[in-house]
Formats: sequence, structure tokens, C-alpha cells
Amino acid sequence: MISAPSLQNRVCPMPHNDDERIQLGHGSGGKMSAQLLRDRFLPRFGSAHLRALGDGALVPVEGGEIVISTDTFVVSPLEFPGGNIGHLAIHGTVNDLAMMGATPRYLSVGFVLEEGLELPVLDRILDSMRDTAEACGIEVVTGDTKVVERGKADGLFVNTTGVGFLPPGFRPGPDRAEPGDVVIVSGPVARHGMAIMAVREGLSFEADIESDTASLAPLVASMREAAGPAVHALRDATRGGLASTLNEIAAASGVGVMLEGPPPVPAPVEAACEMLGLDPLYVANEGVLVAFVSPEAEQDVLAALRGHPVGIGAACIGVVTDEHPGTVAMRTALGGTRVVDMLPGDQLPRIC
Amino acid sequence: MRYLSEYRDPQMARALVDRILDSATRRWTLMEVCGGQTHTIVKQGINEVLSDAVEMIHGPGCPVCVTPLEQIDRALHLASRPDVIFTSFGDMLRVPGSECDLLQVKARGGSVRIVYSPLDAVEIARANPDREVVFFAVGFETTAPANAMAVWRARELGLRNFSVLVSHVTVPPAMVAILEDPACRVQGFLAAGHVCTVMGWEEYEPLSERYAVPIVVTGFEPLDILEGIWMTVKQLEEGRHEVENQYVRSVRRGGNRRAQELVAEVFRTVDRGWRGIGSIPHSGLGLSEAFAEFDAERRFDLDSIRAEEPEICRAGDVLRGQIKPFDCPAFGSACTPERPLGAPMVSAEGACAAYYNFGRLHMGQGVGS
Repeated sequence: MISAPSLQNRVCPMPHNDDERIQLGHGSGGKMSAQLLRDRFLPRFGSAHLRALGDGALVPVEGGEIVISTDTFVVSPLEFPGGNIGHLAIHGTVNDLAMMGATPRYLSVGFVLEEGLELPVLDRILDSMRDTAEACGIEVVTGDTKVVERGKADGLFVNTTGVGFLPPGFRPGPDRAEPGDVVIVSGPVARHGMAIMAVREGLSFEADIESDTASLAPLVASMREAAGPAVHALRDATRGGLASTLNEIAAASGVGVMLEGPPPVPAPVEAACEMLGLDPLYVANEGVLVAFVSPEAEQDVLAALRGHPVGIGAACIGVVTDEHPGTVAMRTALGGTRVVDMLPGDQLPRIC
Repeated sequence: MRYLSEYRDPQMARALVDRILDSATRRWTLMEVCGGQTHTIVKQGINEVLSDAVEMIHGPGCPVCVTPLEQIDRALHLASRPDVIFTSFGDMLRVPGSECDLLQVKARGGSVRIVYSPLDAVEIARANPDREVVFFAVGFETTAPANAMAVWRARELGLRNFSVLVSHVTVPPAMVAILEDPACRVQGFLAAGHVCTVMGWEEYEPLSERYAVPIVVTGFEPLDILEGIWMTVKQLEEGRHEVENQYVRSVRRGGNRRAQELVAEVFRTVDRGWRGIGSIPHSGLGLSEAFAEFDAERRFDLDSIRAEEPEICRAGDVLRGQIKPFDCPAFGSACTPERPLGAPMVSAEGACAAYYNFGRLHMGQGVGS
């Protein structure tokens, strides 16, 4: 905890993060989320598998290792341009398994349904889950449903837990990025978060912005074939956006990241971000991964990614350095540099 | 993106940097007034690449940062009331009051909603006739017309459940306060482009004359800022002091008369406290008598809510340009965006937050000073 006792007694505009309640910022994927995990969860659950803080856990089973990952999905509205909560629930866990290098195989789904939810809505979401799971080659093998009173859930919440098998010789991990690695992003960023925000806030822009929800498992499979162990670290840049993901890897690997400039952002998304004063680096994605790979494998990995529709916009955005470990920085157009930090909580639209 | 990418062109930016470095025969001290400009300067590293020619002092133009503690406490009080829906621009939500912030009031059950336009708050009032809807009207002259429009519209609709908690501030009195400070080191100003879009620049002409200081109305993109700096440096090098307009695509000398009329109708000039600076005479806007019924301070009797700015916070020295954020002993240790001790650490446009988020790599290297 950062503190300077000499200043703690002063009553300037004092910090108020010690409030004994959960705030939305704790779910933002930024520093408040990390703090919650560090202060309340990790001290209670000491498993070494958990402490690796991967997108999933790599655990031993007789005759090898498997990856287990779980994720809970809450989104309002349930249906949005480009997908619905069902797509997210399948893709989210499939992607987390894939980021650990695993081939997704089995899935459990657990629902909390709100009294009054329209059954046609549930049907559409379940249809999407069935189709998406089928397309991802993952089998839904067990599930659960609970119903709560009206007002106690936002239509529905869904949890998915997945199991994946690890192909031999492929072990990307968040702590394996090395100085000299290149940083590759699989496509333009900030689409999902802005699509949700546009619907939720009733904002309309010149062009429709669709969520990028997609399975990243085929991209990982192609990278594995093309570059194998040269792929050091993988992570899907979900909540908290690209900036938070890069910071997590930099911290876990004890390395610095230097971005050569801003990542690719689709023009309508960039315009929407400009209008609301939001930085696309911190806006959520549901179909974008970041790969840290050996420099000699850069072209092979880029080619592998670009062979898929989801990865067609893949680009190298930076390098890993042994300078400023744990910090992500970006070169500015003027040749200056700046820090790309994690945000404390949710990004707040600016006043003017 | 059209109308933006043109003003971010790296080659033209570097050419302007070279021009500024070439034309400066000494190091000049300039102040950018607006927080949006501070954000661009630090984010793009403009202070870094120009450090041989200019020292940029970051002015008090972040409305979030200068909103007095007392007004924040009043906002928190209103937002906590069960009969109130409290509406605000997003970046006010994390500003710490004496005991908590609006996000925490929300977590405790207060109804706090982010709006993108004050007219949205009027709509919320219309849709919730059984609730009091309060809008937190903060900002400089830039946001004043839209906020005035919301009040005007509420009266037109005959809404009795809509009110505004006003904490508007105006730029020229703050510039006078800075220039009158005996320790003032500012030799030239980049005036805030969007404030001038509304107000024009006539009111800056007597300031430039009286204090013999160049004032250049400047935009917010990297090329705007660089051109504004170049125009200011050129004036200083040539021994001139006048008001010039860099932001020609947006600002006219007379500003937006219609917007000014609306502001003059709905608001009146009042003395206003600035967080970290103190009270500045005639530096704020309050509701005029004709619209007094929409004043949340009258409707809810907020007079008993008082708060004193503590002396320890060096935010005032930062906002007045006396010290750099790095010079504060609390910067980056006791005071961070997660645990802000002072308001400039709260908003992304605040000088301290801008330095913290974008400038930390250069701490201790003397860059950015």
C-alpha cells in the first residue's frame, strides 16, 4: 500500500478508497480490481496455480496437464450490435483457455435468471450459445439454473467454466514475456466497449459500431503451428482494454513495454471515443488478443494471425524492454514518451 | 479522422518544434490556461521536446479540479437524499469531498447518473416527476451556454422538480489573479480555445495591454498547441504583447453572441471560491434572479454545509503555477489517482494526474520542468 504517514492525518481532499463497500470501479479491470484481488482473495486462497494469475489455471491430471478457466458475464443490454451475452459467455471462456495455450474442450454453464425475463430473449441467447459453442468445438457438458426475484438480477447473469487440453510443447504464460520480444495485437481495438456504450447511453454515431466478440482459439492454434515456443505470452484484452492487459503482462513478467504509437482503432470507434473524451486504450474488447513473441517469429505470427478474418488487422505495436520494468510507455508522434498506466476504476467521460 | 488527423500530423509537428527551438533566444515561461491543453501537452510530450525554449506552467483551467470542496460536499449531500436523482458529467464522480465521493454515494444507494448533456438531466426530470432531479452545473464559459439552456428549457417545460447546483467559473478573473500574484512568472498565455469560441477574445485585450503580456487563443490538438506556443514565443522575441488567434477554425473575436445572451439571461456574475486558490472576486456564475427557483442551493437549504480547504494541499501552488506536480512531496507516493490528496490528481485533465499518467518516466530527469 502506498502511504506517507506524515501526510495521512491531513484532511485535504482525503482519499476515500477505504470505504467498506464494493463500487463499480472494483469490476473495471483496472487498479481497483487488482487491489480487490490482491487484498481480499489471494490472501485467502493460496494455491500456486491461482497465484500464477493466468487467464486460467494449468493443473496436473494423471498423464498430463489441463487448463481450467471460469468467467461470469453481466452486460446491459443483453443484446447489442454484433452479439449478445450468450456469444460473450462462450467466447470469453474459450478465449481464456486459448490464452493459456489450451485447446478448448468442455464447458459448464450456470444461469441466474430474473423473474420476468422474456422467454424469447432467453431462447435467442441460448441459440447463440449453442451455435457459438459448436463453432468453437467446445461441448457444453453440465449446467445449472437459478431464478431470482424481479429486480435482483439484470435479466440474466451467466457463468461459464471451461476445460481445455494442452498440446505438448506450448506453454505461453503472462510471466514469460522477455526483453526483445515484439508486441503484436490481433486487430483494431475498442469496438466492444463503444458498441455497448452507444446502445446503453442512446448515442448514435454516423456508422454503427458492432461488438468484436469472437473466438480467438483459431488464431492461437495458427500461431502455435507457425511459431510454437516463440510465442511467450498471450492475453485477450477484455475489460480495462489493451492498456490494462499490457500492464498486467509487464508486471507479471517484470519487464517494460514500449509502444511505438497508438494501436489501430476503427474510424467510427475513434470518432465516438473522441466525442466522449474516452481513450480507446482503456475500452473493452471481446475479440482481440495481445501476443508477446520472439522478434525472429514476428512475421510468421503476423502471417498466421492475418490468415483469419478476426486477425486480418493484426499489427506489431511495440517491443519489450528491460528498462522501466512493470511500466508500459508509448512513443508520441513528437518523439516524446509517455506512461500508459492502468486506470484506477472505470474510465469517466470528460466534461468538455 | 477528418478535422482531427490533420492537426496531429507528426511531420508538421516536428517542423513547428524546430521553428520554436530556432526562434527562441532564451527560455520563456508560458501558461496554458485550459486543462484540455495540459492533457495534450503532457500526453504528447510537448513540454519535453520544447524544454530548451519554453517552460510550460499548467494553469487553473480544469473545471473539475477547481470546483470548491464546499460545492462537492453539497453535491454529496444532495446525492445522498432518497428523493433526489443527482446528475453530473462523468469526471465529477471521483472528485473527493470531505468524506467521500459521488461514486461512493452511489455504492451506498444514492441515485447518481452520468449525463453527456445537461438537457439529458432535464429529460430525466420530465420522466421522473415524483423525484427531485439536480444537475451539477460546473465548468468554464464553455459549458455555461448548454447548462443555461437546460435551465431555460426546464422553465419552458414548467418543471418544478429540476434544479442545478451551480459552480461555474470564468477565465479572465483567474488570469488577473495569477498576473497580480507578486510571484507570478508567466510571460505569455495560451488562452482556452473553447472558452473563446463562446466568449470571443475582446475581454482579453485589456489584460494583454495592462499586464504587457501576449495572449494567444489556442486550440487543443498537438499542432494547435505548437502553433500557439510559436505565436506566443514570436511575440515575446519581437517585444510585442497583443491578443492573437491561433484557433481560427473555431473562434471569432466577438465569440458566439447568441450563447453569450443566453448565459447573460440565465446567470449573473458572482464571487466564487476556487479549490486550491481561494475566492476570486467576480470569477463565477450563479443563477440570475429570474431563474432563482431552479437554484438547488435555495431549494434544499445548503447553507449549513461548509468546508474549509486545508492548508497542507499544495494543489493551489500547482494550479497557480508556483510549483510543478513533481515538486510536491506527496506526488506519486501519498497522492495518486487512486488515492488523490488534491483535486488536480483526480481528473484526467488535472495537472497532477496528467503528469502522473503520462510524465512519470521523466521524473528526476528534469524534463517537463
